[in-house]
Amino acid sequence: MPKDHGIGASSKRREDIRFLTGRGVYTDDMNLHGQTYAVFVRSQVAHGRIKSINTSNAASMPGVLAVFTGEDFKDVGGNPAGWLINSRDGTPMREPKRPVLAHGKVRHVGDAYAAVVAESYAEAKDAAEQLAADSDIEELPAIIDMAAAVANASNRVHDEIPDNLCYDWGWIEDNRAAVDAAIKAAPHVTVLELVNNRLVPNAMEPRASIGEYFPGTGDYKLTTTSQNPHLTRLLVAAFVLGIPENKLTVVAPDVGGGFGSKIYHYGEEAVVLAAAKKLARPVRWTAERSESFLSDAHGRDHVTKIELACEKDGTFIAFRTETMANVGAYLSNFATVTPTFLHGTLMAGPYKVPNVYVNVKTVFTNTAPVDAYRGAGRPEATYSLERVIDKMCRELGLDPFEVRRKNFITTDMFPYTTPVGLAYDTGNYHATLDKAIEIGNVAGFEARRAASAKRGKLRGMGLSTWIEACGIAPSHLVGVLGARVGLYDAATVRVNATGNISVMTGAHSHGQGHETVFAQIVAEKLGVPEASVEIVHGDTSKIPFGMGSYGSRSLAVCGVAVTKAIDKIVAKGKKIAAHMLEAAEEDITFENGSFSVAGTDKAKTFGEIAFSAYVPHNYPLETLEPGLEETAFYDPANFTYPAGAYICEVEVDAETGKVDVVAFHCADDFGNIMNPMVVEGQVHGGVGQGIGQALCENTTYDDTGQLLTGSYMDYAMPRAGDVPFYNVDYSCQTPCTHNPLGVKGCGEAGAIGSPPAVVNAVIDALHRGGHTHVKHIDMPVSPSRVWQAIHG
Amino acid sequence: MQLTDERLIRAHTDTVWRAILDPAVLKACIPGCESLTGSPETGYEAVVLQKIGPVSARFTGVVSLSDLRPGEGLTLSGEGKGGAAGFAKGSAQVGFAPEGDGTRLTYTVDANVGGKIAQLGSRLIDSFAKKLADQFFERFQMAVEGPEEEPAEAEGEAPTEKKGWFKRLVGG
Repeated sequence: MPKDHGIGASSKRREDIRFLTGRGVYTDDMNLHGQTYAVFVRSQVAHGRIKSINTSNAASMPGVLAVFTGEDFKDVGGNPAGWLINSRDGTPMREPKRPVLAHGKVRHVGDAYAAVVAESYAEAKDAAEQLAADSDIEELPAIIDMAAAVANASNRVHDEIPDNLCYDWGWIEDNRAAVDAAIKAAPHVTVLELVNNRLVPNAMEPRASIGEYFPGTGDYKLTTTSQNPHLTRLLVAAFVLGIPENKLTVVAPDVGGGFGSKIYHYGEEAVVLAAAKKLARPVRWTAERSESFLSDAHGRDHVTKIELACEKDGTFIAFRTETMANVGAYLSNFATVTPTFLHGTLMAGPYKVPNVYVNVKTVFTNTAPVDAYRGAGRPEATYSLERVIDKMCRELGLDPFEVRRKNFITTDMFPYTTPVGLAYDTGNYHATLDKAIEIGNVAGFEARRAASAKRGKLRGMGLSTWIEACGIAPSHLVGVLGARVGLYDAATVRVNATGNISVMTGAHSHGQGHETVFAQIVAEKLGVPEASVEIVHGDTSKIPFGMGSYGSRSLAVCGVAVTKAIDKIVAKGKKIAAHMLEAAEEDITFENGSFSVAGTDKAKTFGEIAFSAYVPHNYPLETLEPGLEETAFYDPANFTYPAGAYICEVEVDAETGKVDVVAFHCADDFGNIMNPMVVEGQVHGGVGQGIGQALCENTTYDDTGQLLTGSYMDYAMPRAGDVPFYNVDYSCQTPCTHNPLGVKGCGEAGAIGSPPAVVNAVIDALHRGGHTHVKHIDMPVSPSRVWQAIHG
Repeated sequence: MQLTDERLIRAHTDTVWRAILDPAVLKACIPGCESLTGSPETGYEAVVLQKIGPVSARFTGVVSLSDLRPGEGLTLSGEGKGGAAGFAKGSAQVGFAPEGDGTRLTYTVDANVGGKIAQLGSRLIDSFAKKLADQFFERFQMAVEGPEEEPAEAEGEAPTEKKGWFKRLVGG
């Protein structure tokens, strides 16, 4: 019988009650006395020199309170990149200043170069339009294509960067010659050139920020759509505006999705704070959907050539990758690490391949900044690997299942250090592959294919065996790799006098379900009802510290911090119990919410101990402080390495090129599972986004840098009808060896593993249908691309 | 985008040439043109009302003539700002060549849009630009030669050329 409580139970998500009944409180829901409205003036050209901005007309319009331009912020700090990446020759990356508002030049369509604050939204909007008309911006040739950007030294996104190159990174550079030699000597080499399509994150809630300033104390408050309020506080306070961190509170209330795009600090947050101080009134801003398309950090956008060298029997010898990664006009906070350490270190996959080398050139262009988006580098790595392996299998006439089996790292090899620097602690890739074959009824495929053929459809099956490094953390490791922050997390467990519990977590929930799952862990560990545990997050004035939620790290890092804090609570509880029960501390055991003296029936409940800690009439005050509250910071020893096998089946209509995903099977190893229902939800969402990338979504700039896919009329999001019922299995569990919960993280898995499974299935369908000339179709595999490939 | 087209105008090349230099003709031919002031030498300032897909805007901008080769051709360029709607710019390289009693007019149009028009209406831009160019040159043809169904106005002699309002005006 499945558990109905605590770890492993499918407890219903408590946050859904407010989300599903319209009672959530998002930034834009907050109305403050005396509030004012900011509207940003954004560049309509991709690249231009700001010759003059005449603010006087706008400033004198009705209701206008203040006008800001880049000039007003030219002396404050830039919004920094969080990782320093060195080029192959050892030189540090080029790091242009990212100003609060564009100054001197505008560098992408949507680049904010001025802001208007007014009494009403309509007045601010009118004045912003006037300001746009009064701005003289000389349009310069746009730099859009990455190859052209690097080749043309005269046309520069940033005047001080001659070749528009941020860095030319090699991983691992010392292995390069050996990899080249291995490929040269190999019996077979498969080459594949592919594009990992640029995506707009499209969180349901657009970005929004409210700045407040309290003249009486000099305190600031920023309410904003953030996945990591402490990081935002650090960036906007210490790096940009020069506000002491202890004078700024950042609150990220209910946040309606982020997928990475709300990790970062954006200039709008600095403007509403500066404006709030100037006006001594709250200043609010909420992005329109068009602004989200133009100015949220986009994802992916890699152009890659990958080579797979192997024996004729499919045994891998080497992978070599050359990638150009588009970073857009400015370095967003994680932009430099996404195409490098989150991508290059995964280029061995779950395979025992001896030679791997990755070269990444990251390029500035006149497009919106590109940064981590669900999966962040790992989907790009997985897509390249799993597509080139599929292509190799076709070239050599090998079975893709057998080729994976032959090359998988085996269970006796862990811990396993890859040639690209990661140490996988545990896994069982054969088990997840076998499970996927079982739940996907691969044996029955031929019958399903024949049935599809009867209906005039080409049916294909695609496989992807993926691995990722997540629980993004170990500070000592990321420090070596160029991170400018630590990546631990923190939690405070506060047991109140009456025995109920508040847990303050550094992880921020913006849809994941932390409020439910963390409460399950606390309830299990302390033997209390889940309902008596409250999870508090997203407010720097309440939580101890935190690095936020991204990189599938909430449970594997912050969840462990929670358990560490609980361990301290239990340890203190034992001391109190020992005193009250007149026993030795080492004789006290804690189980099912009860402190008891081993071998006796003497016991105190958890509630009694808590009450005693706050009403310490009978208490060892000379050796123990009253109160029952503990904080723990947790910095793991390693990444976690979830892995799995995905099988996708598609039907292709050869007449129209339309692809239908008719089945999708996921066999994942996430280590121990805290809440199966939440895990399934995460996989569903991730696979949905992966299918969106594979079939629908694409971000298109024309050659003048205009965003042509700037609304849902032109940017195709996957809809319910585009995705199948998912078949999700997580029964293969090799618990993480270095965190006490044995968890690995599941938030990004679906988005990482699914795109190559879909594309491999499409190619398979076309080959089975006789269209064997089709070697590859770039994502999104739209009807027109499939049709053209068939007829190409 | 770029598009190329041509049409035969039943008028002498010098009549066609004079027509294209006439601000009144330009104003009548630019679809949605609300005002046009200036001269061929200095260029024109124009206000044009247009609706592209979901975006309706009044564009203010300049129209200029360049590369003037009398009787042979010229380049017409326009650039308009539509405020929050974005901007549009385009040029038409126009060539004239005598063909029988008439003039073969060829044109290559280049059009670009930016801002909200590009974000919301990009699917529509190509067909919109083609429609606009077709309308312009159709109106131009009408202005020069008159509509197809216009009856001959002088009795007794079969006119070799129809007279549009421009030709009537200039007595050509």
